[in-house]
Amino acid sequence: MARLIRTETEVEGRFEEVWLVVEEDALEQWPAGPREVVGRPSTRADGLGRARGEVLFTADLRLPGMLQTAVLRSPHARARVRRVELSGALEAPGVRGAIGPGDCSALSEECSYEGSAVAAVCADTFEQARAAVALIAIEWEELEPLLDADTAVERGEVLDIRTSSRGELAHGLAQADAVVEATYRTHTVMHNSMETHQSICRLIGDTLEVHTSTQYIWGVRSELARRLGMAPDKVRVVCEYMGGGFGSKTNADDYTFIAAELAKRTGRPVRCALTRREENVIAGNRNATIQRLAAGALADGTLVALSGEFVNAVGDSGWNSMVEGPMEKLYDCANVATKTSAAKLNLPPMKAFRAPGFVEGTFGLECLLDELARKLDLDPLELRRRNHAERDPGDSNPFSGKNLLECYRRAEPHWERRHEVRARSTETVKRGVGLASQIWFGGGGPPSYAWLRLGSDGHATVVTAGQDVGTGTKTALAQIAAEELGIPLAHVTFAVGDSERGPYATLSAGSSTLPSMGPAVRAAAADVRDQILDLAAQRYEVELETLALAGEAIVLADGTRHPLVELVGALGNGQILGSGSRGPNPAGMQVYTFGVQVAEVAVDVETGEVTVERVAAIHDVGRVINPLGASSQIEGGIIQGIGHTLSEERLTDPSSGRILTRTLDSYRMPTIADVPEIVGELLDIPDSQLTNLGSKGLGEPPIIPVAAAIANAIRDATGADLRSLPITRSEMLAALAAARRREAQRAKEPVAG
Amino acid sequence: MLELTINGGRYELELPAGASLAELLRDEVGLTGTKSACGEGHCGACTVLVGGRPTLSCITLAHRVAEEVTTIEGLRDHPMVEAFVRADAVQCGFCTPGQIVSAVALVEEMPAPSAEEIRHRMAGNICRCGTYPKIEEAIRTWRD
Repeated sequence: MARLIRTETEVEGRFEEVWLVVEEDALEQWPAGPREVVGRPSTRADGLGRARGEVLFTADLRLPGMLQTAVLRSPHARARVRRVELSGALEAPGVRGAIGPGDCSALSEECSYEGSAVAAVCADTFEQARAAVALIAIEWEELEPLLDADTAVERGEVLDIRTSSRGELAHGLAQADAVVEATYRTHTVMHNSMETHQSICRLIGDTLEVHTSTQYIWGVRSELARRLGMAPDKVRVVCEYMGGGFGSKTNADDYTFIAAELAKRTGRPVRCALTRREENVIAGNRNATIQRLAAGALADGTLVALSGEFVNAVGDSGWNSMVEGPMEKLYDCANVATKTSAAKLNLPPMKAFRAPGFVEGTFGLECLLDELARKLDLDPLELRRRNHAERDPGDSNPFSGKNLLECYRRAEPHWERRHEVRARSTETVKRGVGLASQIWFGGGGPPSYAWLRLGSDGHATVVTAGQDVGTGTKTALAQIAAEELGIPLAHVTFAVGDSERGPYATLSAGSSTLPSMGPAVRAAAADVRDQILDLAAQRYEVELETLALAGEAIVLADGTRHPLVELVGALGNGQILGSGSRGPNPAGMQVYTFGVQVAEVAVDVETGEVTVERVAAIHDVGRVINPLGASSQIEGGIIQGIGHTLSEERLTDPSSGRILTRTLDSYRMPTIADVPEIVGELLDIPDSQLTNLGSKGLGEPPIIPVAAAIANAIRDATGADLRSLPITRSEMLAALAAARRREAQRAKEPVAG
Repeated sequence: MLELTINGGRYELELPAGASLAELLRDEVGLTGTKSACGEGHCGACTVLVGGRPTLSCITLAHRVAEEVTTIEGLRDHPMVEAFVRADAVQCGFCTPGQIVSAVALVEEMPAPSAEEIRHRMAGNICRCGTYPKIEEAIRTWRD
């Protein structure tokens, strides 16, 4: 029975009060541990099609008559278009349409960041479109850009300011036996999904058909409908396979609006795809942060004060990501005060990137805690244990499930290795071990729906209009359906990716996909199971309550088994149709994921080269549906985190604000040669309060503690404090020099007491 | 007129000068298994075999190709494909065809490469999802 509730929803740390229609979640969770299908390693359902290059990504679609688009983008960080003349472009060979400011909401004369779109041309080939863009006559009035985040905050150029506090910070600091203060900085990093952002639009009758590389077909649908003034059902959004998003592909964005307008004008399908160089400018980014932090503790390590003044260098638009989140939520500290400002700059807009805010905030907090541990001469792991929060330290609500202490316990053997690791240091290569804790959301929530149909062959197809962005969603959800129906995984097919051909499913972001869609799929399968058993009761003339469905058979109370196909085979072309929806999250509880990572590094003190040699990751994300896919998520998150920490950095020219790193040789992502030994471990303890599955999301937790664990390992190895990312060789050498100066200073000081 | 053998089939094609092999494969022949992710030879997604050698098709002029071209479509029954699926060396899958072509070229030359050899020879194929440990496993176990 559906009911209307008022509830708080969370996506990537952004909260909203909304009305929601939810169904009761009446199913009992399965017992913990591996089941017939759920909890067992499964290769990807669509792995073969992807590996063979058979599946079609948006980039692979070739619609008949399709035109290609090139976009004129601002080369200036801040400028006004005085005059733009499209006639030269319209006369160029192969050109079928050109639009400028006023023709499309995504095009503007006011350019407040490099790459903002001014005009667009579509032609028979991309080369023709690109050549035609060069023929657009344009006059610019260049304006002074604002590029520095601190300056923006000083001038009041902020998109948002958020403060929070509990207790009395001054009181906490006064009480503390040791206080550490430091400024931490994180840098801008790019998603660089392998498939660039792109859409193909065409009009069929009064329906706009959009093929787009997206993490959220329903979000793109509603955004297009709203801005184009169309009924949502007249916008069909399709994304069957997509080549990576990492948070950057949840909106329609300028290329979709440009393609839609040009499709309308030309009456032909129009593709608008970012080039790799455009991708490195305007596809979104993890924004840089400045974190001015302080932590105070009693001599025994009890935290009594935490404070942070955070600045998110957001860019021209975006949101104030929750960089203070770890400071507020991770530890039981009575006195906490934070202020987070979102600086509006003439730089391309940020977008969510795999645990936005928490990746950055964890680097600051968890490094600061190690600085504190050093000052107090305490073991870093022990310091974290001592400040473990039994309840949400912010609102004192209980956690739906938290096993962080168990994560710490399982981290001990990895942490113990530090003595042996340090002992392998040489004169020039110093080795050390560091750790960092992790907290993040990942509980998902309603709404999400699934339909399931079972045919007379006893095979099932799940239909839901979500998308599988490469995280293995389809496989995990198929496992859930197979488990509930008692049929082999190979007998479950999964259909996703078309807003016209399935019910609403949530976005593939925020570690929310599995915990949101999974319970809906299980509910749909249970609906079908109930119908099967109802038919079986009639067919075999037994009491419904005595029947079970298991191992592709109807099992009677006396143990008699009737094959499933014997029953449903009689259906012929008939089908059993079920539906399911995601129930509510537990009321009055906080749903989070937790974990800890232990990193081992080698630092060449002569060259400054840092090599990550081993990362152990222990995470608590509730029940694990597919251990194989989960291990891939852990590895992928850690590898991306290593890239963020050591090599990736978007560079801008400090005077003009132009982006300098536009190619994949200048923007340096990890390769296979950069990968350390990775040991991933999941507790696999179902969250008893959360849905019919007890599963949380895993996409984001593994990337969160990586940078702090590495920096803490470097401190362990060398005594150097790395407070700014990325840790380049020059950064490393400067930190080593500072550590040596500090050591020399200390040697000169008289011994206290 | 450009004459070319692709995956054992003979093709005669009219192409503008300057067209890349990747454009030829994807746009003219319809072999979209070969991906183009950067268009300037930095990522390896467009890797195909030319005369058995791994080649970046996005920066290879189509008119300069004389030897037989093998794309992922020509390797779909190679045991390396199954090895990638088995090891879960596929996340979004966009870089995967290029990874597999490079991996096939590697094992054709040395059927049992060491971890170091794998890391050296596969370093030109970027995977943003981070399937690298699984790729290494797939190449180590491709004959299983």
